[in-house]
This record gives sequence, structure tokens and C-alpha cells, in this order.
Amino acid sequence: MPGFDFSNHTRNAALHARGVPLPKATSTGTTIVGCIYNNGVVIAADTRATSGPIVADKNCEKLHYISPNIWCAGAGTAADTEFTTALISSNLELHSLSTNRQPRVVTVMTMLKQHLFRYQGHIGAYLVVAGVDPTGVGLFTVHAHGSTDKLPYVTMGSGSLAAMAVFESTWKKDCTRDEAVKFCSEAILAGIFNDLGSGSNVDVCVIDKDKPTQLMRNYIKPNERSKKERNYKFQKGTTAVLDQKIITREEIGRYVTVHEIAGSDSDSGSLVVVEKMDVDDQP
Amino acid sequence: MASLMHYASLHSENPAYSFSEASTIPHSEASAGPRQHAFYPYTDNGGSTLGITGETFAILAGDTRSTSGYNINTRYEPKVFRIGDDDSSPIVLSVVGFAADGKALKERLDTIVKMYKYQHGKPMSVKACAQRLSTILYQKRFFPYYVHAILGGLDEEGKGALYSYDPVGSYEREQCRAAGAAASLIMPFLDNQVNFKNQYVPGSGEGLSLKEKPREPLPLDAVVGIVKDAFTSATERHIEVGDGLQMILITKDGIKEMFTPLKRD
Amino acid sequence: MNHYPQAWGRPRNDVYGPYDHSYTHSAMPKTHTQSPAVTGTSVLGVKFKDGVVIAADNLASYGSLARFTDVKRIRTFAPNTVIGFGGDVSDMQYLDRLLQTLEINENYLSSSEHSLNARNLHTYLSKVMYKRRSDFNPLWNMMLIAGFDEDEKPFLASADLLGTTFSSPTLATGFGAHLAQPLLRRLMPNDEESVKDVTKEQAVDAVRACMKVLFYRDARSMDKYSIAVITKDGVDLKEDEKLENQSWAFADQIRGYGTQVN
Repeated sequence: MPGFDFSNHTRNAALHARGVPLPKATSTGTTIVGCIYNNGVVIAADTRATSGPIVADKNCEKLHYISPNIWCAGAGTAADTEFTTALISSNLELHSLSTNRQPRVVTVMTMLKQHLFRYQGHIGAYLVVAGVDPTGVGLFTVHAHGSTDKLPYVTMGSGSLAAMAVFESTWKKDCTRDEAVKFCSEAILAGIFNDLGSGSNVDVCVIDKDKPTQLMRNYIKPNERSKKERNYKFQKGTTAVLDQKIITREEIGRYVTVHEIAGSDSDSGSLVVVEKMDVDDQP
Repeated sequence: MASLMHYASLHSENPAYSFSEASTIPHSEASAGPRQHAFYPYTDNGGSTLGITGETFAILAGDTRSTSGYNINTRYEPKVFRIGDDDSSPIVLSVVGFAADGKALKERLDTIVKMYKYQHGKPMSVKACAQRLSTILYQKRFFPYYVHAILGGLDEEGKGALYSYDPVGSYEREQCRAAGAAASLIMPFLDNQVNFKNQYVPGSGEGLSLKEKPREPLPLDAVVGIVKDAFTSATERHIEVGDGLQMILITKDGIKEMFTPLKRD
Repeated sequence: MNHYPQAWGRPRNDVYGPYDHSYTHSAMPKTHTQSPAVTGTSVLGVKFKDGVVIAADNLASYGSLARFTDVKRIRTFAPNTVIGFGGDVSDMQYLDRLLQTLEINENYLSSSEHSLNARNLHTYLSKVMYKRRSDFNPLWNMMLIAGFDEDEKPFLASADLLGTTFSSPTLATGFGAHLAQPLLRRLMPNDEESVKDVTKEQAVDAVRACMKVLFYRDARSMDKYSIAVITKDGVDLKEDEKLENQSWAFADQIRGYGTQVN
């Protein structure tokens, strides 16, 4: 059966009635914006993900790929924005292949609103859809209940009022690419510094009619962490060890294939740094 | 005032009915249906505070952000206050939680400490002040001050003293304490870095016979470093903490206030 | 007459039947102001190098009805303190009378001319508000108090129905806290230290720009507003300002909300 699995619904409803709280989903508190310019469209987002008052991710990506010329900025429940955009991206690719046509922004918007309306707001995805297609430039907002809106500049998320205030006071008609990038990044910055649900960096995506799409990850980084005052490296043997077991490479080789990774650092051994994090820089 | 006076007058204007039960039932409780609670007298203004003592000093710190919901009210609203006579009193109070209650509590304690000096001709000891604060809090047991207070100073021997309170007056003298929004983030860090919890002396034994790293009083610069790192880290991971760090240091030479900026996002 | 003095002069049970007590028990619980009725929306305030600007629109709403369109929500207190009120209008009028009484008493009692500055007034108001919230009988307002402190420096602080107080170089209540504050804060990148670099014109322009944004996006706002500029020379209060140069440039390109093209 395709789609969602509701087999735990009755059990969960019973648990909920007895006072078991719902698990807390990661929400992208978020400021997301979009703005049309004379030859395309710009969308932007902050990079903070929260779980209640706790920052769950300091540099998450809220700009989602739909097709090369259509991108989506997502606010609301993180999982819902990710899976909904991925699903629509996939279906759009198939649709594009079967019709032999470039995908259109209105198609994405319609697929999203029909999908979200069907789930009556239970899929908590609040999206800004933007892109260019053979009919021109498109910029929409889609709410979790399925309503849409079409405007030359849009904002969403908990920082939407801060961001909208910037647009309402500075936006000009028929602006250039650089002006649109400026409007969007200033709007996001207003969200980052005035809305507690938004923070960290600014991501920008520029979709131009005549140029390949430019995703500018961490376009502005106004919140770099300062150096720590003290060193938190512990002397070897500080942590109590109750038991230890050494598994040799030969032993584990019986269950999985072991590859030696070349060119890794001397002390970290076979540790591969996929994405460098703060802790990797510690002395 | 109109509605307040109305309340008082209703009682006296009630006709004395010939049936005794009628006049004994208070008007408000006699009303049928559940009481409405549209007005909730508390709010949370976020932020965090912490206190650490050393051998000869105590330090109290708090961030200066005041929040309501996802909004920042202001980036500078101190949570750490000096109590009593500004020159001679070595007492400092930090309050976090509902700011209006915090302010009312601080002003009451401040007045009491000043009156004590005026009446007794000597400054109030930190120990006495700590006990008095507990009493103030418990007096409002059924309409509490919605705050987590920490009182710091120097005791009669000149050693750093720190007392932490719950909202209704339960208190305890401690080496260190974090309070407020990011207390659950900061406190384990303090346990590990100040009281050396979960740290053992390397090579001192096998398994359970391993010796715990002995607690030793930390020097001032180390404590200031720990306080700053605690707040920069809390700022990274808690949305209600940030903007500025206010630290008040109490030593035998007097009280020193320090300010460090924090991230503003 | 019987030997129950309580019953003398009252309807007799045996003649009129037992007394119906349901009359004395009202169906509703006894209520203080548990929710506001006629309300004003945002108030904005900005400090500048030699004073404070404060503004609020002239609308008093009754729920979603724009009920009174000429309500002055900015009140002055001699010599140069100004208070902007948001929230319940009847509670505002009560507070206004309270402050007038205070002002008259001050003028009678004090030997010098005026002794209450903006900070004194803010302290007084915040204590009134905190007392009323502690009695579960709140005054449903959020207000900004603007003027000068004892050192003749610009003063701006807020007080609300819970007795919470705070101060900042820029402040906004209600919807303004979401929409106007982000714009106003751009004037003050270094908070209090930036106040000395902000001129009166900059502050007034920023406040007027914010009033416009609020009119665009706050459904309980209107385009007529009051603005007061407080300097050492006194209060310049204009109560009949109109929003100018509104931009509706975005409107002509919009067709529908989705797939509609013409």
C-alpha cells in the first residue's frame, strides 16, 4: 500500500487520552522569503532548526530542490517539508518525462496544494515555491491546509512579520537581480535577529530565466561562534571504564568487507570527516 | 477602580434573606459553572543565570535578554542585582523567570536588608539574608513569585557563599548553580567542570576502584572562563539566551561588575 | 410576628412559598476585566540624541469592528512626559484620570514646579499595574512611557498588564513588536550607544515609515495617527496626522492566487 501507515493510530489515540504527550517534532521555526525580479526570482531562508526552545540544528538547509529551475523554501515541521518537497520533486520529474515538457511552477504549486489539502493540515509544511518555466517567472506560498497565494514578494514562518516589514518598507517594483538578493537577505536578517525561532546564517537561491540556478549556501554568516575561553580536552584515562572488548579487523572482516581509506590524517586513523564541525577544530 | 469597589459593595448590599444558608454562601463561590481563567497572571521572560563560588569569592552571572514568546523585549535588562547598601553590603541576588515578580522580590529584599542595617547598625550577614529570602518566598506559597533566585556573597569567614532557591522558598547552600531557561544545559557542564563529576584520576585503579578526581577550589580566572563558556554555549543552543552577559564578582575588596556581548540571533 | 427576628418584614414561606435562591446565584462567575473590550493597537517609541518620539494610531476597535476612529491614545503629563496606551480604552481612560489626579496633587503639594520625571511616572505606573495583576484585576494595557530621566537623558520604557517592565532605545507594543521593532532596531545597531548618533529627523522618519507598514499589515490599524516628539523644549504633539505616499505598486500585477492568468 502506498502512502502513510495509520496502523498505530488507535493505539496512539488511546495513549494520548491517558496523558502521554505527542513526541516533539523538529520544527524549522524559520524565516523564509521570496522576491521576483525583472529576469527571475530569488528565495532565501535562515538556517536554524528548533525543537521547542532548543536549537536542534545551527546550519540546516531549508531551500529544497524541486527541479533545476524550481526551488522551494520550507517552514513548519522539518520532516514534512523535506518529504513533501522530495515527493513532489519525484512526481514532477516523472510528469516532465511523460509529457516531454519543462516542468512548470504552477504544476508544482498545484501538486503541493492538492497533496496538502488532502491531509487537512496534518502535514505541517509551509512552503514558498519559486522558479522559472516556459511561461515565465512564478512565486507562490503554500500553507499546510492547502491554500496558496501569488505575490511579487512573500514571507513565511515565525519570522514572516519581521521579514515582511522589511519588504513593505524597502521593496521596489521591477528590481534587478542584485536588488532582489539584497531585499531577500535583509528580510532574512531581520528574522534572524528579531525572531527567536530564526537564527544563524542566510541561504539564498537565485533562479534566473537565462542563467543556471545559483544556490548560495551560507551567503551571509553573521553569527560565527567566538573562540572558547578554556580548553576542554581531558587527560587520557579520565573517564571510568568498566569493561572493554577489542575487535580486530580480521574478526570484523568475517561479517563485513573492510576497506582501508587512504590519505586520512595520522592521529584520527580511519576517521573520515564528512562535514567539518566545530569540534574538529578543537586543539 | 470601578470594578474593585463593585466587588466590595456587593457583599454589603446583599439582602439578608430569612434563610440562614443564603447569606453564609459567599457570592463568588455560589456562582454556578466553572470559573473562567482568561487572565493568567504569569509570563516567562526567558534567560538564564548562574552562580559559582571560589575560596575567597563568589560570582553571579546572567544574560541580559528579556523575551516574550518568540519576541525579544529588550537586549539589555539585567537579572543580577546588588542588595542593600551599595558600599558595604556584599550581597548579590539574581532572579530569572517572571521578570515582574523578580523585580518585586528584589525590591522587597533590598528594602529589608537596608532596614536591617538602619535598625541594627550593622550590615546583614549573607546567611541571615538567605534565610529571610526563603521566608519571603514561602509567604507567597499559594500565589508564588515565579522566579528561580540565586543569592551570592561572602560568609562570616570571608568564604564565597551561594544559596539557590525554588519559587516557594526551599533553599540550599551550594558551590555552583545554574537557573532559568538553559539551566538544564549549563548545570551538567558545571557539575563536570566545577565539581569534577565523572572525572577520575588516570591510572589510579581498575574499574570501580578508580579514584574520583578530588574537588579543589578553582582560581578566579578559571571560573570567569567557565562562566563565559557556559553562556556562549547556552546561547548557541537555547533560543531565549543571548545578547549580553552580565557578571557580578564579590570579593573582600568589594563588588565588581563586568559585561561581555553575546550573540544576538 | 414570630420569634425569628430574621424573618420580620419578609415574605413568609407559608404564604409565598420558599424563596427562589437561584436569583442570587448569577450564572456567570464574578468577573473582573478578564478580557479587553474596546482596544487600541500598537504604540511605537524611539529615542534619539536629544529626546524621544512616540506614535500610535487614532483607532479604537471593538473586536474586529473599527468602532471609534478619533481616539487619542497618546497622553501628556507635565512638563514633558508622554504616555502611549495600547489595549483596553476604558482602562486607559481610568489610568489617564489617575495620572491627572497625581498631576494636580503634585502641583498643590510640591514647592518647586514639577518634580515627577518620566522615570518616576514609569515606576508609579508599573507599581499600579503589578498591584492590579496581583489582585487578579488587571488593567488591560501595554504602554510606553517617554520623556527624560533625572539626568536629563532621553527615557523610554514599557509597562504592561502583568507589571512587566523593560526599557530599550526602541520599543513597540502589540503588533508593532512583530512588525515595527525589527525596522526600528536597524536605527540602533549598537543599542543604547547608538542613540547619540540618531537625529530627530531620522527617528521621526523611521516611526512614520513603521506606521505605514503597520497600516499595511495590521488589520486593527488605521491611517490616522498621533505622533509626539519630546525634547527639552517640551512636547510637540500632533494628533491628526495622515499616512502619506502609500505604495500599492505590487497590486496591479496580481492575478488570482494560483493558476489564474487573466
